[in-house]
Amino acid sequence: MSYNLKEVMNKPERLAAGHRMCAGCGATIAVRGVLRALHEGDHAVIGNATGCLEVSTFMYPYTAWEDSYIHNAFENAGATLSGVETAYRALRKRGKIAEDETFKFITFGGDGGTYDIGFQSLSGAMERGHDMVYVCYDNGAYMNTGIQRSSATPIYADTTTTPVGSQSNGKMQNRKDLAAIIAEHNIPYVAQTTLTQNFKDMYEKSEKAIYTEGAAFLNIMAPCPRGWRYETSDVMNICKLGVETCYWPLFEVDHGKWILNYEPKKKLPIEDFLRAQGRFKHLFKKGNEDLIVQFQEEVDRRWEDLQYRCAK
Amino acid sequence: MPKKDRLSGNEAVAYAIRQVNPDVMPAFPITPSTEIPQLVSTYIANGQMDTEFIPVESEHSSMSATIGAEAAGARSLTATSSAGLALMWEELLLASSNRMPCVLTLVNRTLSGPININCDHSDGMGARDTGWIQIYAENNQEAYDNFIQAYPIAENKNVHLPIMVCQDGFITSHAVQNIELLDDDTVKDFVGTYEPEEYLLNIGKPVSVGPYSISAYAMEAKKNQEIAMENSKEVILKVARNFERISGRKYGLFEEYRTEDADYIMLIMGSAAGTAKQACDDLREKGLKAGILKLRVFRPFPAKELAEALSGCKCVAIMDRCESYNGNGGPLSMEVCAALFKYRVNTEAVSYIYGLAGRDFTVQHVYDIFEEIDAAVQNGTQVEQYKYIGLRE
Repeated sequence: MSYNLKEVMNKPERLAAGHRMCAGCGATIAVRGVLRALHEGDHAVIGNATGCLEVSTFMYPYTAWEDSYIHNAFENAGATLSGVETAYRALRKRGKIAEDETFKFITFGGDGGTYDIGFQSLSGAMERGHDMVYVCYDNGAYMNTGIQRSSATPIYADTTTTPVGSQSNGKMQNRKDLAAIIAEHNIPYVAQTTLTQNFKDMYEKSEKAIYTEGAAFLNIMAPCPRGWRYETSDVMNICKLGVETCYWPLFEVDHGKWILNYEPKKKLPIEDFLRAQGRFKHLFKKGNEDLIVQFQEEVDRRWEDLQYRCAK
Repeated sequence: MPKKDRLSGNEAVAYAIRQVNPDVMPAFPITPSTEIPQLVSTYIANGQMDTEFIPVESEHSSMSATIGAEAAGARSLTATSSAGLALMWEELLLASSNRMPCVLTLVNRTLSGPININCDHSDGMGARDTGWIQIYAENNQEAYDNFIQAYPIAENKNVHLPIMVCQDGFITSHAVQNIELLDDDTVKDFVGTYEPEEYLLNIGKPVSVGPYSISAYAMEAKKNQEIAMENSKEVILKVARNFERISGRKYGLFEEYRTEDADYIMLIMGSAAGTAKQACDDLREKGLKAGILKLRVFRPFPAKELAEALSGCKCVAIMDRCESYNGNGGPLSMEVCAALFKYRVNTEAVSYIYGLAGRDFTVQHVYDIFEEIDAAVQNGTQVEQYKYIGLRE
């Protein structure tokens, strides 16, 4: 069945309105997009690492989650949901859950809880092959604690632990390529996506991730207006620029096969992506031209590497 | 029919786990508890039980997955020792605050450093304020019996707290003893099936677990947890009475051994109580009115009951297999002294530290301690507080 935006958008919301996430937050859009891919009638248990999403959607005594939901701690969303998924198999085996009732298991974590402190727990859950989807909403820093750098933060970003100053141009290191690292776990399905193209890419990848048996991982670039410093209405445009500059390519690794899902007709210069964000403002000051050149070189190198992997 | 068998403490607990056949067991190996997940895995591999075993990548994840499974509605447990317990510390607090009635079988081992694999109680004592019920075993039989009583205590609706069932590393976990095993059906009937009220996999009744809670609500949650811990005391005793009916073995919050007319009592936990009882018998033959009080339930702490039990003696030697680095004695000693003060029991109390990192604790040490407190009382002198026993010269 071909993708129909109107139809998809009319599906019942599984993250109710009234939560406390910011206007223009990419994470909320990502979560709602992923959950729309659940088939109606299927139950789900949603996991969540500590972060903005958790503290803003489940503040006692209110919950925004229509499905069962569990938040445990910051670094263990992978392990926690692997316990839930195993419980499902155990209770099903013992006849405590009827055969015709289907549960799906999806956990959300920010890049802090996924790339960094929860990396081991994620790796373990993926390697053990639990039938679950781990979704990283990657906004490229520890936003909940106030915009500290993570290993997902792009080079030269201005964060509160890599502040730009007379002796500093922001973060000194390139970001970790987590989707590739998880793909090297040789799990059935890994994909990278973002909020673009009428959410078609994200919807189709979410559905594939949820309905592929075994462990799946989705890395979703989810801009943060506070940390990236953009106008809230610009969120979709920034995602588009991330893709069109090849900073955030759309790809998937389906049972080991690398597939490039989108190739821009004309690859835009990285400045177009950087200029829209206050965290890169210093790169456009006179004398910092070489920093943008370096940034571009790294984007190009990774893009070529991805093209090579997908061409094999 | 019960049967006799020769089993190590780890084997005895694994045997009990097989009989209970819980739904999910995540675990990570660490000496000296490693055998428990190994034996459980072997039972599963041979079709003798069908618990879902999760070979997680760390103890933090074993407790995280245990919480996930328990929240999902599955009867769950894990096993660990020492650094493993230390690594899961954050999660111990989440298990109790989320009111997960899961079980942790702890094989007590010292905490690093220096790294050492042998027994003391620094791991369990380090977790004393995490909101878990803690029950300590003297020997293999008790390790087995305590495990069987664990779920009926934890899952009781007035309790709903996690429970740590502890035995001494190597001394109990690896030494083989003749013990009596209940038959499978008796254990299954005793433990019953787990019927959670609210759980993640409850179809048609979704639930959210693990909220952010603002100050207006969080304090009540903590108080409710404390009330549950208080409630557990009565439940532990009730479960013990029921257990006596199927086993003939009697359990309480603590065991009093020859204390009824004792002038001097040694208060001790775990396997060293066996050594102490032997020495106590020897001293009784020599005419010294010695007695042993073996604390079984450390959490909830039976402060009032202990104060009453110690009220008739002239001096109590409080034995800590754990250093607290507060300059004033071990954790057990601190709590017992506070209980004596609170309930106005004016008994002399001396704090001793023994057996750290597997240091031997012998009957001679027990003789020496009783001799020392006897001499002090007889001569009206003060015994030096907070002493180490068995330290190299």
